[in-house]
Amino acid sequence: MRVPPAIEARRLHKWYGDVHAVDAVNLTIDEGEVFCLLGPNGAGKSTTVEILEGHRPRSSGEVSVLGYDPQTGGRPFRERIGIVLQQQAVEDVLTVREALELYASMFPKQRSVDELIDVVGLRPKAKRRIRTLSGGQRRRLELALGMVGDPDVLFLDEPTTGFDPSARRQAWTVVEGLSSLGKTVLLTTHYMDEAQNLADRVAVISAGNIIAEGTPATVGGRGSAASRISFRVSANRPFDLPDDLSVDRTEDGELTVTTTDPTRDLYRLTGWALDAGFNLDRLEVRQPSLEDVYLELIGEEAGE
Amino acid sequence: MNRPSDWSLVWGQIRYQNKIFWRTPVAAFFTLVFPLMFLLVFTVIFGNDEIPDLGVTTAQFYAPALAVFGAVSATYTNLAIGTAIARDLGILKRIRGTPLPPWAYLAGRIGSAAYLAAIAAVIMLGVGILVFGVEVYPETLPSLVVTFAVGVACWSSLGMLAAAVSPSGDSAPAVTNATLLPLAFISDVFIPPGPDTPVWLDTVGNIFPLKPFVVAFQDAFTPQVAATTDSWLGHMHWAELGVMVAWGVAGILLALRLFRWEPKGGERVGKPAPVTADKG
Repeated sequence: MRVPPAIEARRLHKWYGDVHAVDAVNLTIDEGEVFCLLGPNGAGKSTTVEILEGHRPRSSGEVSVLGYDPQTGGRPFRERIGIVLQQQAVEDVLTVREALELYASMFPKQRSVDELIDVVGLRPKAKRRIRTLSGGQRRRLELALGMVGDPDVLFLDEPTTGFDPSARRQAWTVVEGLSSLGKTVLLTTHYMDEAQNLADRVAVISAGNIIAEGTPATVGGRGSAASRISFRVSANRPFDLPDDLSVDRTEDGELTVTTTDPTRDLYRLTGWALDAGFNLDRLEVRQPSLEDVYLELIGEEAGE
Repeated sequence: MNRPSDWSLVWGQIRYQNKIFWRTPVAAFFTLVFPLMFLLVFTVIFGNDEIPDLGVTTAQFYAPALAVFGAVSATYTNLAIGTAIARDLGILKRIRGTPLPPWAYLAGRIGSAAYLAAIAAVIMLGVGILVFGVEVYPETLPSLVVTFAVGVACWSSLGMLAAAVSPSGDSAPAVTNATLLPLAFISDVFIPPGPDTPVWLDTVGNIFPLKPFVVAFQDAFTPQVAATTDSWLGHMHWAELGVMVAWGVAGILLALRLFRWEPKGGERVGKPAPVTADKG
């Protein structure tokens, strides 16, 4: 029997007046998946997520989250989701522990507040008022608040913006922990390394459209895209490169081979260098990064 | 699954709102101490002698009037400002994303405000009785309690309405002060009624729900009124209660229609940012 997807959207549209913020988005996110929505500001990421959370009505289309329509799911629906939004405060005269206990008390299923405080690394701050926390500590508290009801689906809207690198690593560990428990996570982010590290699948959204979807390794044709072999030749005499390689030369002497068959071309290149007695300095083979692919995708969309 | 009961949710919200109140010194000062300062100032300026037109002492007039004023601050002003600020900060939106029923959140806020209103009144009357010799009359106590409960409910509902119509937390104090203070001056809170009060001003005062609250509450402290009958039912101010009930019901119905859980512009209107090829 096929397990129904945790999150499904079909031909989802959202209009703000004349602005078509979400334009026929289709999404299928399976149970236990960490799914990442990438896109520039204003592309429709947050609007899409807020529709799935039930914070915003849709203009048209079908949406199902854990089998509920977020717009009408009400309390039973909200008992099973967790939300970490971008701009969301909590009364800052409460202590970390008080806030977690307060929000936990609203849910039928609860995670232990003590355990959560440890998970997000706020043990030394547990008895402090929230207003004394740093920005990064507050975001970690919000992550904990999002998980306090032991949700089956967790929405994370740019959860690590403003984190220092170690806090981000810590947050990633938390999210990985959730996915290992079979929870579904829908994440939006500006950080490509975050998507690369956390996501099982990513979708790139631009101007309200999903323009590419796949695993971080294959999205946007990344898996089959051309690799770049770059190197320098330290030679005290003139030389001719093998003529079956297409080589670009930059002004500072770096040479680049763009190839869809890096195994063969690297073999040709190193064979040629050994035969001629040259060294290939700073030799590097590079797959296009997720960021390269992403920038190319949203650049194409913008008509560049 | 053990879904928390409605009662435990509301009770939890009341306790949490109370905790926030006590940790916000400004709100605590204006609600509890500020009206008390009026009482002290008035008794110092006028002396605690009998006010000629009324036949009661200064404190006997002002302590109940200011107790009502404190209760209205605790409900109307605090609810409007606190709720509007919570909306600006996104706290209301966060609540909307949890299983807490929206009514339970609002009931928690109102319950906490009513509790603080009672504390404000008890402090005011306590100081009046202990320091300024204010007298109470047992036969009017039922009317006093009923008037207070109805008045607090009415002004809580108007507080929610003020929160609903205030564009932001910054403007909520303006909305509440601009409505409450002028009303207080024509509602026997700061100025005792005299023979020179124009009839039309009296009428205007009676239409709004503050003067009925003050008059019904003050009458419970007026010996001449207390002497009229021994029947506690005879002391009930049905007309004044009716005015407050009408305002309260209208206020909460309108508030429910107009209430917003997100700041203005929460439905993000505007063109999407231009797509650029930078990391954003």
